[in-house]
Amino acid sequence: MHILEVRDLVVGVEGKTILSGVNLILEEKESYIMFGPNGSGKSTLINTIMGIKPYEVSSGNIVFMGEDITNKSVDERAKLGISLGFQYPPEITGIKLSDLLKICLDKDLKTDFNQEEKSLIEAFRLSNFLERNINVGFSGGERKRAELLQMIFLKPKLLLLDEPDSGVDVESLKLIASEIQKYIENSGSSTFIVTHKGDILDYIKSKHACILLDSKIHCFPEPRHIYELIKKKGYDECVSCQEKIIERWNNV
Amino acid sequence: MSEKSELKTIPHKILAEASKAGIDINDPVSGTLLHIDRETIYSKVNEFFNGKIELLDTKVALQKYAWLNDYMWQIIDREKDEFTKKVATDFSGGYFIRILKNAEVTLPLQSCLMITERGLEQKVHNIIIAEEGSKANILSSCVQHSAAGSASHLGISEFYIQKNATLNFTMVHNWTEETKVRPRSTALIDDGGTFISNYICIRPVRDVQMYPVAYCNGEESKVSFNSILYAQKKSSLDVGSKAILNGKNSRAEMITRSVSRENSMTIVRGLIEGNNAQCKGHLECKGLILDDESYIQSIPEMIARKKGVEITHEAAIGKISEKEILYLMSRKLTNDQAVSMIIRGFMDVGIMALSKSLTEEVNNMINLVANAS
Ligand SMILES: Nc1ncnc2c1ncn2[C@@H]1O[C@H](COP(=O)(O)OP(=O)(O)O)[C@@H](O)[C@H]1O
Ligand SMILES: [Mg+2]
Repeated sequence: MHILEVRDLVVGVEGKTILSGVNLILEEKESYIMFGPNGSGKSTLINTIMGIKPYEVSSGNIVFMGEDITNKSVDERAKLGISLGFQYPPEITGIKLSDLLKICLDKDLKTDFNQEEKSLIEAFRLSNFLERNINVGFSGGERKRAELLQMIFLKPKLLLLDEPDSGVDVESLKLIASEIQKYIENSGSSTFIVTHKGDILDYIKSKHACILLDSKIHCFPEPRHIYELIKKKGYDECVSCQEKIIERWNNV
Repeated sequence: MSEKSELKTIPHKILAEASKAGIDINDPVSGTLLHIDRETIYSKVNEFFNGKIELLDTKVALQKYAWLNDYMWQIIDREKDEFTKKVATDFSGGYFIRILKNAEVTLPLQSCLMITERGLEQKVHNIIIAEEGSKANILSSCVQHSAAGSASHLGISEFYIQKNATLNFTMVHNWTEETKVRPRSTALIDDGGTFISNYICIRPVRDVQMYPVAYCNGEESKVSFNSILYAQKKSSLDVGSKAILNGKNSRAEMITRSVSRENSMTIVRGLIEGNNAQCKGHLECKGLILDDESYIQSIPEMIARKKGVEITHEAAIGKISEKEILYLMSRKLTNDQAVSMIIRGFMDVGIMALSKSLTEEVNNMINLVANAS
């Protein structure tokens, strides 16, 4: 069974169509790296899979583990096992990071973290941020670390990560990416990662590169090769030459 | 009235009402005073704090100390309005709190004014003196038993913050949908004195109107007024504060968090008047409006009379951010859970510089109302 299937998805904001008929299939226990130019709709797609507004689905379906979730609320999707790492997580005054982490763990706010949880918090270098308001005054890297730790605590089956590596220094990237890889391996979950950079490929084992161009997703093997190709030739050319290669193979 | 009565002998029903407003016999406190309807039925200082604080019914204190007359109606004009006039003609007591010179009162002092009698017009006069160099926290709770119907509460409070004294005074109101409330408070702050006045009104009330005033007359004197207002079920809150900065390097800060819903009306006023060339003030008001039937108005006022006065203000009223709700929902909270968590966080007691135990106390109260909503 596919873990996620997106069929002919049309998504808009305030009447303006952003994605016009996207198709995507993700398999269980696989990691996918998604590339695409700015404004191609990567965040729109990933937010729509999670059910985040203001994106509205006007037609098409999203099916998660055999269940149509197109009209489900965000919390229902989260409870089914989808988790989203936001590209721009909001600041929330008055709510402490420790409270949010406990919510992710489905823990009573009055109980303390156990040893294992504490060491993960420490590994993410967030021990000193527990009493701080969520994301308020956090640097880019601190935000992403907090975001990823929340996701691991949520124990999802599908991780949607929107540019987890943007605004993150090399050390934080290494930490975040290797923790994600560890989680994926241990839990057997799938990941769909939007990125503009190749560095994350040093840590995430993936056999799938997807390029979003004009509402069409083109998937190829070998993300690192695809990334190098995009760098050299740009998105359009990369897609057309890869498709030519595939065509040639098919005709042999 | 009996000063010896043990708190445990007070009827259970009354204790239960009092606990809603944070007055709990099991809490470690430095002293407790309970004034019910027209009578102070209990006042006791924890023996550990003997010689550091004095806690008496105002009428009893007036008999004990002739000098106290010099503090009565000293900074509030008895002719100010119909409510002050009423209390000036006749009052049932109130609390007299004296923090003695250089005393550091490490545990909070609690006083509770309660209405149980149907239709009562409770009239009290409180005098609070923080003597030179003293430090204390006071939790003053006002409670009405729901059986008392449409009662009203008129309370005069005069605060004297003497040289280098610090007083954190937190007033919690727990009235009913039928109570009319008219507190009249003024503080006089001497050199180096700090007065932190916190007001918490998070349960339904018919109508509160108050506008406490602080005179920062002393050099380096400071006042902060902080309010957390949760207007619900047709509550009407007109809450403001005024700081007159007369002293050199005097400071005023006013912070308000107000939430309005269910046909409620909130007016938040704040006035800082700078009369000294070296004084500073800041007003901050944040409001959340949760439906189309409610109302929030913020009225910040700033007056400068000397070159060098610096007063700033910021105000923002809005709805709960959809993005924040969705973010929390992506962490498995339902829409309602996310909303109440954001409201709870918005009513941030962190603004009140409370001691640890009071922070917990107030947080518990806020959690109760936020979870119920
Ligand atoms: N909330 C929004 N309101 C209006 N337009 C939006 C909104 N979000 C995205 N868009 C538009 O949709 C397009 C795709 O945006 P986005 O999904 O953020 O792209 P990407 O993540 O690939 O950079 C862009 O043209 C962007 O301006
Ligand atoms: Mg994006």
